[in-house]
Amino acid sequence: MLKEIGRGLMTTFKMMLERPVTIQYPEQKRPVRTRYRGRHILRRYENGLERCIGCALCAAACPADAIFVEAAENTDEERYSPGERYASTYEINMLRCIFCGFCEDACPTEAIVLGDNYELSFTDRAQAIYTKEMLLEPVPPGGQPTPQKTPPGVYTRAVPEMEDPKD
Amino acid sequence: MSKMVTLTIDGIKVTVPEGTLLVDAARQAGIHIPVFCYHPKLEPAGMCRMCLVEIGRPMIDRNTGQPILDENGQPKLQFLGKLETACTNTVSEGMVVFTQSEKARQGQKATVEFLLTSHPLDCPICDKGGECPLQDLTMAYGPAQSRFEYEDKIHLAKHVPLGDLIYLDRERCILCSRCIRFQAELVGEAVLTFDERGRSSQIVTVSDPPFDSVFSGNTTDICPVGALTTADFRFGARPWELKAAASICSQCAVGCNIVYNTRREARSDGRIVIKRVLPRQNEEVNDLWICDKGRFGYHYTESRARLTAPRAEGRPVSWEQALQKAAEGLRSASQKALIASGRLSNEDLYTLKRLADHLQMPAYLYTPIGGGEWVRRYGLSTGSDLSALGKGDAILVVASDLYEEAPLWYLRVRQAAERGAALIIAHPRTTRLERQAPHQYVLRYAYGDEGEIIERLRREAKIAQTLHEARNLVIFFGNEGMGLEQSESLAAACADLLVETGHAGRIHNGLIGVWPHPNAQGAWELGFQPIFDLQPLFETMDALYLVALDPFGDGWVRQNGRKPFLIVQDILETATVRQADVVLAACAYTEREGTFTSGERRVQRYYPAVPRYGDSRPDFAITAALGAKLGLNLEAQSAARLFQEIAGAFPAFKGLDYARLAETRPQWPPTGRADYPFSGTAQPNTQGMGKILSAVAEGTMTPLPPTMQKESLRPEEGTLLLVPIHRLFDAGSLLTPSALLHGRIGAPHIILHPKTAQEAGVTAGEKVLIEWEDRQAEALVKVEEHVPVGVGLVPRSMGIPLSRAARARLHLAERVR
Ligand code: SF4
Ligand code: SF4
Ligand code: FES
Repeated sequence: MLKEIGRGLMTTFKMMLERPVTIQYPEQKRPVRTRYRGRHILRRYENGLERCIGCALCAAACPADAIFVEAAENTDEERYSPGERYASTYEINMLRCIFCGFCEDACPTEAIVLGDNYELSFTDRAQAIYTKEMLLEPVPPGGQPTPQKTPPGVYTRAVPEMEDPKD
Repeated sequence: MSKMVTLTIDGIKVTVPEGTLLVDAARQAGIHIPVFCYHPKLEPAGMCRMCLVEIGRPMIDRNTGQPILDENGQPKLQFLGKLETACTNTVSEGMVVFTQSEKARQGQKATVEFLLTSHPLDCPICDKGGECPLQDLTMAYGPAQSRFEYEDKIHLAKHVPLGDLIYLDRERCILCSRCIRFQAELVGEAVLTFDERGRSSQIVTVSDPPFDSVFSGNTTDICPVGALTTADFRFGARPWELKAAASICSQCAVGCNIVYNTRREARSDGRIVIKRVLPRQNEEVNDLWICDKGRFGYHYTESRARLTAPRAEGRPVSWEQALQKAAEGLRSASQKALIASGRLSNEDLYTLKRLADHLQMPAYLYTPIGGGEWVRRYGLSTGSDLSALGKGDAILVVASDLYEEAPLWYLRVRQAAERGAALIIAHPRTTRLERQAPHQYVLRYAYGDEGEIIERLRREAKIAQTLHEARNLVIFFGNEGMGLEQSESLAAACADLLVETGHAGRIHNGLIGVWPHPNAQGAWELGFQPIFDLQPLFETMDALYLVALDPFGDGWVRQNGRKPFLIVQDILETATVRQADVVLAACAYTEREGTFTSGERRVQRYYPAVPRYGDSRPDFAITAALGAKLGLNLEAQSAARLFQEIAGAFPAFKGLDYARLAETRPQWPPTGRADYPFSGTAQPNTQGMGKILSAVAEGTMTPLPPTMQKESLRPEEGTLLLVPIHRLFDAGSLLTPSALLHGRIGAPHIILHPKTAQEAGVTAGEKVLIEWEDRQAEALVKVEEHVPVGVGLVPRSMGIPLSRAARARLHLAERVR
C-alpha cells in the first residue's frame, strides 16, 4: 500500500520539476498553426481596392448560412473593387459560423480568408455580426482607401484576374 | 390530325406528328438535346450548332419505294458524313438518332469550346450565373479547361444600354439571335438586328427611341447567356438567393401569370422586398411572356408613399378609433355611396358589396369604360382559350389600341391572326396592331361616329360575311374617344352582333372588355354599377366610402366648398387620401392572398409574396371590421372562405374554390430548372392556371334592350377636338414610383397631325397651353401622321385632367405669358 502511494508521489514530484504547459492567457498568447481557421478577413489589393467582387459565392458555399452579401455596381467615380461589381453589404454572423473555411475555398478572388484571430466573445447576438468595415483589412501602405476615383479605361475587366488558388 | 411518325432517339422509340423538329421530339421523350439558339416558340435558325447529333435515315429502294433491309431484316441506315443540327431537321419515319454518341459528344464539346473562345468567363458577377444555359451546358458538355489566354480573347463593350431598360454585354453574347427573332417574329417589331459581320457581329437596336418595344424584358428571359440584363435587376441578387411567390400581374385586365422573386435586403432596412418579376407559364393567358409594365411597374408596392397606419383628421390613430369614426360617419349620413376600383380582389369587392347592401347605399365601380354588364352575359365562358383561335375564326377589335392597353392581348391576337384567324380592326387611327399584325379588314371611322361602328360593320358585305361564317368570334372593345355611356352602348351593340351572328353563348366566343384594371370584370360580375364622373356625388352625398381610387389625383373632382364625409381606403398617400376624414391603410396585393377576374372572365389566384407593410390590413378585413361596427357580420380572416361564399352566391362562380383555381395541367413547352436552355427562365406553373367563369345564362339568351346611340363630339372645321387615349406607360400613381420607367413615361403631351399643328402654328417639341371647358393644362407637342386632322390626342393619367372628348384651343405657352 505504501509502495503505491510512494509511486504516485514520485510522479507528482517528477512533474513538479517539468516545465508547465499552462500559459498565462491572455497576457501570453501562443502562435497558431499555419492552417489555423480563425476569424475572417476581407482582403485588399496593394492599391487599396477591395478584392471582394460581391459574387456571394461564399454565402452560397457556407453550410451554416452565416454570410450575407449584397452587391452594387462600380463606377470610375466611385470604385471599391477592380471589376464591375462590389459588395455594398458584407456580413458574417460569427455565432453561426462553424469555421469550416468553405467560404475561402469558394471565393474566386481570394478576398475572404480565415485568419488567426480566435478571440471571439460577445455579450449579445448583434455583436456577433461582423460587418464589412470590421472584416476589411487596413489599407496597405501606399494604397488608398475605398471608394477610389479611378481613371477611365483602366478597370475594364468584368472580374479581376483570378489566380490559381495558392496556400 | 396530321400523320404520325415513329423514330428512335438514343434507343427510345418516339411517335410524334409529322413535321415535328427533332429537338422537340427528343424533348417529348425526355431527352435533352443541348440548344442555345433554338427556342420552342421561335422559328429555328441553326445559328449556334450546339444541337449537333448523328442522324441515320433508312435507305429507300428507288424502284419499290420500300426501305432496303440488311441481312438481319432491319432497314439499312444511311448516315451523313457529318453531324446534323437537331433543331432544323424534322423527324421522318424510321429515323435513328444518336445524341450521345462519341461523335455527337465531340461535336457538342467543340461547339461549346468555340462559343467560349471570346467569352469573358465572368460568371461570378454575371446576373445569369446560376440559371445560365451556357454555364450549365458547359458543365455538361464542354471542356474542363480553356485553351485560350484571357489576353488572346477579343474584348468588347460590356455595358451597352439598348434602351433604358435593357443592357447588352457584347462579350457575353453568343449571337444566337433569339432576341432578334423574338422581337421580329413574335412581337412583329424588328427593333433589334445584327450589325457588321463575322467576328465583329453585334446586336444593335435600330429603332428610335432605342429598343422601342413594350416586350423588351422578355429577351432577358430567353437570352441563353448573361448578355441581356434588365436595368432593374442588374447586380440585384444571385438567382439562387431568391424566393418565389406566384402572383397575377396587377397592371391591366389580361391577368398575366407571374412570379415575384423576393429577398431580404440591407438597402431596404432589412425588409423582404421584390427583386424582380418573371413570367409564369400559362399557355392560355400569357405563354412565357409579360410586358415591361408588368415586369418593371411593381415598385409602387414598396413606395415611400405607402400608408402604414390608419388616420383620422390627418393624425395617426388606432384601428379601433379609425373604424369607430368611419362607422359613425356612415351611420349618421342619410345620403351615402361606396365607390371601389378594379384594383381590388373579388373577395374585397364582395365584402364591400355586402356592406353597401346592408347600409342600403349604392356600390359603384369607378371605370372609364362601361359595358361590363354585357361582358358578364356575353363574355367568354368555361373552357374558352384564346390560344385555340386560328384558321376559320374571327377576331374583332373595336375602339381599342391593344398594344397600349393590354399588350399581351395584342400578342395573342397577333398570333391568332398569324395562324389564320380573320382579324377585323375598327379604330379611328392606325394602331400598332394594324401595322404589325396580318389583318383582313380595317374599318376607319371618324371620332364622333362611334355609334355607327357596328352598323357599318354589318353593312360592309365582306366583313359581315366573315363574321357570320366564322367558326368562333371574339370581340375586344375599348373606349377610344368615348365616355362611359357611349362605351356601354358600344358593348351592347357588340353583344348584339354576337347574338345575330350566332356566336353568343358558345365556348371560344364572346365579348372582352379592355379594362384598365386587373379586376374590373370581377366588380361587374359581383353587381357593381359603373360610374366615372364623381363630381355630382361629391356635390350631393353626405358620406362617401372610396376604396382604391384617387379621383382628386386624376383631377376629375374639384373642391367647391361642400365636402361629404370622406372615408378613403388605399395603399398609397394620394391626393384623395389628403382630403379624407378617415384614412384606412390597406396592404398591397403582394402582401396577401386573393383572386382577380381577368377581362376574359378567368378567375386566378395570387399568393402573398412579401410581409405586410406597417400596420396595414387586407381590404376585406378592413371592410369586415367596419361592418362589425355597423351590425353586419362578415368573414374577416380567410380569403378562401370568402371565395366560397361568392361561389355560393353567384351562379357564374358555382363549383369554384381555391383548390380548383390552383389546378394546373401539363403544358408545352416544358419549363423549369432543367429546361432553362430550352424555354428560358420563364417559371413553371405549379400554383394554378385559373378557371374561366361559366356563362351566366347558358342556353337561354337574355333579350337585349335596343342599343342607345349616345351623341358624341366630332371634329369640326376651325376647332380642335381633344380625345383622351390610353397609354401603357402613364404617370398614374401606380407607375410613377418605378423610377426606371420615367424615361418611358415622359412629359405630359398632346399628339397632333402635322396639318393640325401647322394650322395651330405649333411645331413638335414646343410647349403649348391647352384650354377646354373651364380648364387648362400645359403640354408638349408631338406630331404624328396617324392622328386624324383636327384632333388632339391626350394620354390619360399624364397630368392633363381630360376625362372625355372636348373642344379645345391651343396656344404656344410662351405667347400666353
Ligand atoms: S467558415 Fe464555413 S461556416 Fe463560417 S462563414 Fe465560412 S463557409 Fe460559413
Ligand atoms: S443578346 Fe442573348 S439572345 Fe441576343 S443574340 Fe446575344 S446571346 Fe442571343
Ligand atoms: S443550331 Fe440548333 S440549337 Fe442552335
